[in-house]
Amino acid sequence: MSGERVDQIFVVAKHWLLSLLDGAPLWVMPIASSLLNIAAVLGAFITLFALISVLERKILARIQNRYGPNRVGPFGLLQPLADGIKLLIKEDIVPLRADKIVHFIAPIMIAATAILALGVIPYGRNMTPFSIDGGILFFFAVGSTTELGVFMAGWGSNNKFSMLGAMRAIAQMVSYELPLLITVLPVIMIVGSLSADAIVAAQDGYTMAGVVPRWFVFTPWGAAAFILFFVSGLVESNRTPFDVPEGESEIVAGHMTEYSGFKYATFFLAEYFGMFAISGLAVTLFLGGWHAPISALQIIPSYVWFFAKLAVLLFVFIWIRGTLPRMRVDHVMRFAWTFMLPMAFTCILAAAVWHYQRGLAGWLWSLGIVGIIYLGLSHLLETKKKFAPRTYRFAE
Amino acid sequence: MSTAAFVVIAIITLAGALAAASLSKLIHAALCLVIAFVGIAAFFFLLGAEFVGLVQVFVYVGAVAVLIVFTILLTRPSDEKVGGFNWSGVVIAIAIFAGLIWAILGTPTLSIAAPHIEPLTVKRIGEALMTDYVWPLQCVGLLLTAALIGGLILVMEEKP
Amino acid sequence: MTPTLQLCLIVSAALFSIGLLAALSRRHAIFILIGIEMMLAAANLNFIAFWRFAPQPHPPTGVMVAIFSIAIAAAEAAVGLALVIAVYRHYRTTNVDKLDQLKG
Repeated sequence: MSGERVDQIFVVAKHWLLSLLDGAPLWVMPIASSLLNIAAVLGAFITLFALISVLERKILARIQNRYGPNRVGPFGLLQPLADGIKLLIKEDIVPLRADKIVHFIAPIMIAATAILALGVIPYGRNMTPFSIDGGILFFFAVGSTTELGVFMAGWGSNNKFSMLGAMRAIAQMVSYELPLLITVLPVIMIVGSLSADAIVAAQDGYTMAGVVPRWFVFTPWGAAAFILFFVSGLVESNRTPFDVPEGESEIVAGHMTEYSGFKYATFFLAEYFGMFAISGLAVTLFLGGWHAPISALQIIPSYVWFFAKLAVLLFVFIWIRGTLPRMRVDHVMRFAWTFMLPMAFTCILAAAVWHYQRGLAGWLWSLGIVGIIYLGLSHLLETKKKFAPRTYRFAE
Repeated sequence: MSTAAFVVIAIITLAGALAAASLSKLIHAALCLVIAFVGIAAFFFLLGAEFVGLVQVFVYVGAVAVLIVFTILLTRPSDEKVGGFNWSGVVIAIAIFAGLIWAILGTPTLSIAAPHIEPLTVKRIGEALMTDYVWPLQCVGLLLTAALIGGLILVMEEKP
Repeated sequence: MTPTLQLCLIVSAALFSIGLLAALSRRHAIFILIGIEMMLAAANLNFIAFWRFAPQPHPPTGVMVAIFSIAIAAAEAAVGLALVIAVYRHYRTTNVDKLDQLKG
């Protein structure tokens, strides 16, 4: 069957490349295999990074009724190349009173953690670069290291804007890591495994006469958890409307203020890789990983589906950036503790109900729990008052 | 379990720990402590306890290290280097190290190679936590809650 | 040749001694906490090593103890660092030698 062959083309290619090393000693094989995986992931995502960096500018331009970059190459597609050369030949400036070693290591550390997190995501059938039993835990263990990198950047620069930005970034990352982790728990509870492959395998198949795929986003708890996860992901990757740590109108560029040239590019790369990682995990956990949305479309290779879903999520990231203004820093924190955290716990409750009562009854029960707590919370937090038409005292 | 990996990880861990104990700048010491913790997590991986290694990275690097650097920021004294070094501590530490080494080398039953084990899956750990260790788990949950509340009350601003 | 239990224990003993050195000889409160964390980590390393080298089959007791010990170490660090902050607010110092009064 040719569809299957196209689906497994990368796996077959890897096996063929490894078979060239047949005569080598025993310890060479695992190292060569890992190196191939690393090269594949890095190659794919650096290409995606270059593409997204120009597409983001073009989409934002369209939202703002402009053209965007269109000078370099066809449709401005070679713009990332020009940007890269520009950043490479810029002077690397280190502040005189900076903590030189910490200042140097910080961007490397942030980029390394972002790349490591990409390793455990299943990109297609049999295409998980680093498949371990506790894959999801690995993702979060590595992801939590980013905070330290941000702190190092802020401290090492010896600049008050850097330090303030780093403090803001760490405060909001720590706050939103809780809802991020807790919204993952319902999925792990239902699947009964921490391995990303098992989670994708659990979302195989179709219900309702083979029309609706069995993805977790189509259950009440899954939908709620997915939205919460996505919002927390926006915060974790420091994207608008939660980009207070690098809000240029308040604190220049936050922890990146004192970085220039290639080090700045590394931060930029790490931010986008973090975005890819969090979107990839969202696809894996809630959107069925590499499974096709309709059973008739299963002939299209699995990795195409994965990257299509990833592209949709990335588009939403950019869309939100083009639409929403920046939130105030205290509002960001209050939102985490008063709304996100209780809603995340509600998802666990709803998933537990779903676990014991499948079918329509479970669906309704679980929807009821999520709905009641959502309505109660919005009543308690008086969102009505906040979103009511404003009265202006000095304008008009 | 390969000897080369063991030696490399041991050197990194001990160097990080020694730097954390002896550097004069607190921030550098805290960052070297992170290296030591990552080294210990690598040891856990090497010894086949992947889950504990991941938890080690998650808790120590992600939480404890961030707590330490935050505390350093909040308690920055005007003089950066807090002086004073107690040399008697070095003597005691070396004496205890010598005693431990003497005890370890003097016990012949300890020089055994690792037996072959089946991998310890997360599922097995989870089942053990929910059956044999369910009471300790509850106690740890209570302890963590108490620590959370205690920590909050300790650092709360006193009302004048 | 693969590493034996002895080697693991020696590394752990060295780590413990370095932690003890930090806790005993440094005068800064945060260094003392760092030393305590290191000693706890050395104990965890011992637990895991003894579990790994125990005759098989064997229940994962060592792993369980290590997990609980990590949780307790996190609680200890949180409370300890909160104490450091509270003491610093009161005395404006983190040097443990200067904290020699019993009354606030």
